[in-house]
Amino acid sequence: MNSVLNIAALVGVEASLPPPPSPPLVKPAGAGFVSAAAGRPHLVFERVSRQYASPAGPVHALREVSFTVARGEIFGIIGRSGAGKSTLLRTINALETPDTGTVAINNVNVGSLDEDALVGLRRRVGMIFQHFNLLSAKTVRDNVGLPLRVAGIAPEQIRARVDALLDLVGLRDKADVYPAKLSGGQKQRVGIARALVHEPEVLLCDEATSALDPESTQAILALLRDISSKMGLTVVLITHDMAVIREICDRVLVLDHGRVVEQGEVWRVFGDPQAQATRALLRPLQHGLPADLAAQLVDDLHDSPGDVLLSLRFNGAAHPQGVSLQQLALLGPDATLIHGGLDRIRGHAQGNLLVSLPVASWQAGKARGVFGFGNSKDACNGADFIEVLGYVPART
Amino acid sequence: MSLPALSKYVQAFFETLLMVGTSALIAISFGLLLAVVLTITAKNNLYPKPRFHRGLSATVNVFRAVPFIIMLVALLPVTRFLVGTTLGTWAAVVPLTVNLIPFYARIAQVSLNEVDPGLIEAARAMGCRRWHIVRHVLLPEALPGIVGGMTVSVIAMINASAMAGAVGAGGLGDLAIRYGYERYETRVMFEVIVILIALVSIIQLFGERLSRRLDHKH
Repeated sequence: MNSVLNIAALVGVEASLPPPPSPPLVKPAGAGFVSAAAGRPHLVFERVSRQYASPAGPVHALREVSFTVARGEIFGIIGRSGAGKSTLLRTINALETPDTGTVAINNVNVGSLDEDALVGLRRRVGMIFQHFNLLSAKTVRDNVGLPLRVAGIAPEQIRARVDALLDLVGLRDKADVYPAKLSGGQKQRVGIARALVHEPEVLLCDEATSALDPESTQAILALLRDISSKMGLTVVLITHDMAVIREICDRVLVLDHGRVVEQGEVWRVFGDPQAQATRALLRPLQHGLPADLAAQLVDDLHDSPGDVLLSLRFNGAAHPQGVSLQQLALLGPDATLIHGGLDRIRGHAQGNLLVSLPVASWQAGKARGVFGFGNSKDACNGADFIEVLGYVPART
Repeated sequence: MSLPALSKYVQAFFETLLMVGTSALIAISFGLLLAVVLTITAKNNLYPKPRFHRGLSATVNVFRAVPFIIMLVALLPVTRFLVGTTLGTWAAVVPLTVNLIPFYARIAQVSLNEVDPGLIEAARAMGCRRWHIVRHVLLPEALPGIVGGMTVSVIAMINASAMAGAVGAGGLGDLAIRYGYERYETRVMFEVIVILIALVSIIQLFGERLSRRLDHKH
């Protein structure tokens, strides 16, 4: 049984067709419809613009935003607050309507749907929220079951489906508890169960982990990754936290002041960010120059002894498996690794290493050509970029 | 002048209960309906109808501004039309109800407006139609406040029912005025006031309990 059929069956209940007895919730990985439709974009955004009136004049929340999301991928949208991510996410289920431009799901223009069709669409597009948005007056079971209840599905079927979903998110024992009694991570699990109860094909995550502690964040991200692969779900998430993108996204789009400033595979964007906004967002995750070293740094030693401080950057393109120690050793026995690290993102090792080296060794090595580069920005020692950050004078 | 017999108190007590109970039942139903309409027709709400909303809101204000004793008289023709008489307990139900509908509507409206817009957004995102949202989100989430408002309204109405004595409606307030004030039987007045205090306290206690029981926000 594939997902398209399951959804048809569920929607069919409204048309009083007998649904199949509790269809399987979790499809085998890579089953039927995912691979069959792979390659065709699932979501297509074309020149989407949205403007708001504000006391200070019109605000452009979105300006000519175009991109596509492939079926089954986890797609991240990142930007600072006010960049327009929230508006962009809400155009997918028509909680927001673009002024111009179109959003299409499976080639169907969302903007062309009437209210009935929109209700149908929203049952195929689940959504979870930063503040969970669970109904305080309903138990966990009734919260998760509500989307089915308003779709007119029979109570015993709702019960079976809700139980299956609570099992999936590990909250079966909390079924009859009110949300106020749950922790943040548990509330988000209920939110996820509710979003998945119609077996949607798309899941929208609106800052889903921003209100959670680090441990719950990891658990929720793991759960999202797990269900997206098990159910062949296309996930679109927005966040202001690059760590979330690094953790689970396949591709990322960077939004700044309503414009797309960068998009691509996550490892590429992390390895070699182009836009200023992307660099700013990445800075907290990167091994920058520690402040105490920065204070000692000079531009020129004027022939006095000291160390050169090098930054070796690995963008994961040429050497996705990692950095060979043999190549690093070419820097010489005097080289000291002082700060930095590598991350493996979607199978691409990348990062930044700061190395200090006595100026004498550095110049000798350059003369012998062991670093294999002419100027300081060329590839060398397995690094994709090597940069002289400055010099630290020897202590006298 | 002799003091009223016990049966007088009992009769007055039940007259008050009848008057207040009937009026409260009708007024709270219509008031809640009015509150829902006021809430969902507001700008950026479920059925935005700004002009209708403003008109309705202004009408509510007009009814709330008129002092009850004036409304009691002004509504006499309506009362005669609806009840067939302008005297007695049933005749008092009409002005009491009309007086309470806008009062309760405003109280309930505050609770409905306090429902987190995020919940409404979540409901829309899960494929709820607008009346689903009223039924499954707005009303249940606002219920503790709606019930709290009922307590306030019923007590305000017991108060107002004393004035209904002016149309010969009877009731505890009327007993207190006729014996206690007009006949200088201070003891009767105090006794009635003690009964009223007990009645109000019981309603308040019960209302608070119910409201707390329905509240799962904490």
